[in-house]
Amino acid sequence: MSSKDTILQRLRNRSGGEITAPDCDFSVLRRPDWSTGEKLDLFQKMIESVHGEVHRTTESEWVGVLAGLLQSRGARTMLVSPVQKIGLALKEAANSRDDLPDLLLYDEAIEQWQEELFTTVDVGITSTRGAIAETGSLILWPSADEPRLMSLVPPFHVAVLYASELYATFHEAMQAQRWHESMPTNALLVSGPSKTADIEQTLVYGVHGPKELIVLVIE
Amino acid sequence: MTDPIKFYPPKPEKVYFFGTCLIDLFYPDAGMAGIQLLEREGIEVLYPEDQTCCGQPAFTSGYHDDARAVARSQLDLFPENWPIVVPSGSCGGMMRKHYPGLFKDTPDDVRAAEVAGRVWELTDFLLNVCHIKLKDLGEPATVAMHTSCTARREMGVAAVGPALLNQLENVELVEQIRAEECCGFGGTFAIRHPEISGAMVSEKVDALVDTGAKDFVTTDCGCLMNIDGFAGKNQKPIKGQHILSFLWQRTDAGSQNSPVNASEKGDKQ
Amino acid sequence: MNTTAEQSPHQIDVKEFHPRARAALGDPQIRKNFRNAMNGLMSKRTAAFEGWDVETLRDLGANVRMRALANLPDLLEQLEQKLTENGVRVHWAVDADEACRIVRDICVARDAKSVIKGKSMVSEEMELNHYLHEQGIEALESDLGEYIVQLAEETPSHIIMPAIHKNTDEISKLLHEKTGTDLSHDANYLTASARLQMREKFMNADVGVSGVNFAVAETGTLCLVENEGNGRMTTTVPPCHIAVTGIEKVVPNLEDVTALLALLTRSATGQHITTYFNMISGPRKTDELDGPEEVHLVLVDNGRSTIYQDDQLLDTLRCIRCGACMNHCPVYTRVGGHTYGTTYPGPIGKILMPHLIGLDEGRHLPSASSLCGACGEVCPVKIPIPDLLVRLRQEAVDGDRLHPGKVKGHGAKRSSVEAMIWKGWGLMHAKPALYRFGTGIAAKFRKLQPGKIGGWTQYRTAPALAPKTLHQRMKERQQ
Repeated sequence: MSSKDTILQRLRNRSGGEITAPDCDFSVLRRPDWSTGEKLDLFQKMIESVHGEVHRTTESEWVGVLAGLLQSRGARTMLVSPVQKIGLALKEAANSRDDLPDLLLYDEAIEQWQEELFTTVDVGITSTRGAIAETGSLILWPSADEPRLMSLVPPFHVAVLYASELYATFHEAMQAQRWHESMPTNALLVSGPSKTADIEQTLVYGVHGPKELIVLVIE
Repeated sequence: MTDPIKFYPPKPEKVYFFGTCLIDLFYPDAGMAGIQLLEREGIEVLYPEDQTCCGQPAFTSGYHDDARAVARSQLDLFPENWPIVVPSGSCGGMMRKHYPGLFKDTPDDVRAAEVAGRVWELTDFLLNVCHIKLKDLGEPATVAMHTSCTARREMGVAAVGPALLNQLENVELVEQIRAEECCGFGGTFAIRHPEISGAMVSEKVDALVDTGAKDFVTTDCGCLMNIDGFAGKNQKPIKGQHILSFLWQRTDAGSQNSPVNASEKGDKQ
Repeated sequence: MNTTAEQSPHQIDVKEFHPRARAALGDPQIRKNFRNAMNGLMSKRTAAFEGWDVETLRDLGANVRMRALANLPDLLEQLEQKLTENGVRVHWAVDADEACRIVRDICVARDAKSVIKGKSMVSEEMELNHYLHEQGIEALESDLGEYIVQLAEETPSHIIMPAIHKNTDEISKLLHEKTGTDLSHDANYLTASARLQMREKFMNADVGVSGVNFAVAETGTLCLVENEGNGRMTTTVPPCHIAVTGIEKVVPNLEDVTALLALLTRSATGQHITTYFNMISGPRKTDELDGPEEVHLVLVDNGRSTIYQDDQLLDTLRCIRCGACMNHCPVYTRVGGHTYGTTYPGPIGKILMPHLIGLDEGRHLPSASSLCGACGEVCPVKIPIPDLLVRLRQEAVDGDRLHPGKVKGHGAKRSSVEAMIWKGWGLMHAKPALYRFGTGIAAKFRKLQPGKIGGWTQYRTAPALAPKTLHQRMKERQQ
């Protein structure tokens, strides 16, 4: 008998008999019907408390805001998606401005250029699939267009969030976006720059993930 | 799965008094004080002569056959539907919370559950059933409350002791740091793991001393002998009493000539 | 457990609990490190739950876990089916040894020589690192706390914060000695050095091994919480990802995760959420540019299906490994995690380990508790830990003829002397007249009470017998 069969048989033939499955009432997770403004304020407060940086801007201004932020940090290279909206907008903008970092397109399998990603790329910029106000969390939904490592390897991660896509709670977001119907290879909640408290509970930011997280909120 | 909200009975004419073996042997004054407090509230106290012990020491040691034998001998002592009041969070908890499980799968299961349902910790009963109003006759005093883990977590009476003490207008109640942390008694734990228990009681005594109070009170004799015993051996300036002794002494006219904050001395008579 | 020639840091005699406890109690550094750390974790948890109806939330957590356990075998099959559809290879391991062999076989098939590890308590339970090392495969921990513990050749002392027993000075010296960093009390500098060292490892590792916090049957999704980013690195960069989990971690629906996550991070470290919540449902798709090409899940039983048999002991399997129990435990706080000598320390360790190692080996675990109940009060899934400790004490002494012992090693702690003492105690206390007689004599001859009563009088004066028992005084009163 295979290990699988051994284990399942033991579980199915339990001496205690059948276990009653209790009902599960998720209403304790519900939060009041906050307005977009309230959700955004809460989101900002939560993510700022863990060193996330939030800039409220508009569809027409975000590129300029981004350029300014990255210049002040001395960022020289920025990884963008070659086909996703943000990447396209930046490629276009790069034609007419010189204050953006050099754009690098993520259009090759990582095996071809891993060393370069790890050592030369300063910024990764990604879209989001909304955010959660209660915990200050961005919803990232990597795909073939926006690969996973974009938001992980470069020391700066910039995320573009539309204020209209703010949810109060994780439960709400998951239900509203019907996650159970189809999950990507890797979905994530990102709630700040990487950190650790393993050295005598001293909080240190910037461990293996990005050192800084910048959220551009488009209102 | 939430613990049910307590439904207190209306104030009864009579109660059964289950004294507990520790009070019987070491702190009978506390037992008498509890009985007198109840009688002063106009309640007739029935003291079943055949009471011995709730069975907890054997129960927590894993010797459930022996615990059950002792507990079973107590089940018949409370035949009428009067509340059973217990001057201990620990013994009260044993009877109220653990008797049903102990007698599961036995012919006594219904009886045990019925008895368990009538058990009340005594200070809880005084406050929330008798609605006792205490008049302080004593001199100004400062005291700390040690709420036992069972009083807190099994009987849910952490607010009761402080509420009663706060009724005494000349008593200042102070709180020690980490008040909710165990004193280290744990019944046979103190014997099986003496060093860990010793470390726990040492810190508890320090916390009590740091309040500036010279005295503490508690509902539980196990904690009392643990903390008092350590303080005594190590000459720490804190001594304890059962809260019932303290409350009786403060409010009984006939007790005002005794030293107000005297701790329980077995030889006092 | 693996029997290997070289000394594993896991090689410890669990029975020698008392000497280790004494040593820890006498070590001011351990006392201080743990006291401070636990105080911080307790207050953070309280702060994180402010504004919540915590009791209702815990009820939900308990119900979610019980609903999962009620359907465990079906859920595991559903999980396997969904994961397989998603392209994940699912393996089943009856015990830790088999789980190690499965991991090794995957590595060997890929000619893998280096494994990078995300934090996984199940892999500690498996003693995986030691096993792989014996097989000539390097396994390096990437979580900073686990990395520190690995460098020190120790085992974790806490299930969430593995290096909690070390202070900055100790860590600085360790990193200096083992990796050449400067001696420094600057946590930023020490962390930055670890980051640099680890990046190279992430890039070059052949295999990434991780744990799983929740496995969702509905969608075939593996969920992981972390703050550092090493978990994402481990599960994204190497070409092969192996996840290991206990079989009890599966939940039916994605929705269940929202309740458990809300409880887990707040109970563990007082965080509303960890920096990353990673949800993995498969390997790299054909059009994707990164992610592992192979993803495996190893489902580990290792005694869990045995715990599952019993209605009371079953509650042990609700655990979501938050660590709140040990954070609030007055015993753990004073003796620290290593005193237990087991993979899982603290209250959860005491109720879980006897099933894994037996009550003979684990004989001191169930009794190392004052039954204060602080653990049960904070458990996010309402495991009745004190009740389970009492049950295990009964099992350890075969103390209930109505419920014969079932747990591995039951009866190991039964001593004929103690059994006789309780028998005698029982006889006296079940016979009221005998009790009154005996206690009356004790009161009368109280001056003969021994001054030394074993462990009690080592630290305390003995309690004084009263001149008259309450029984005697009540009798007089009635006359």
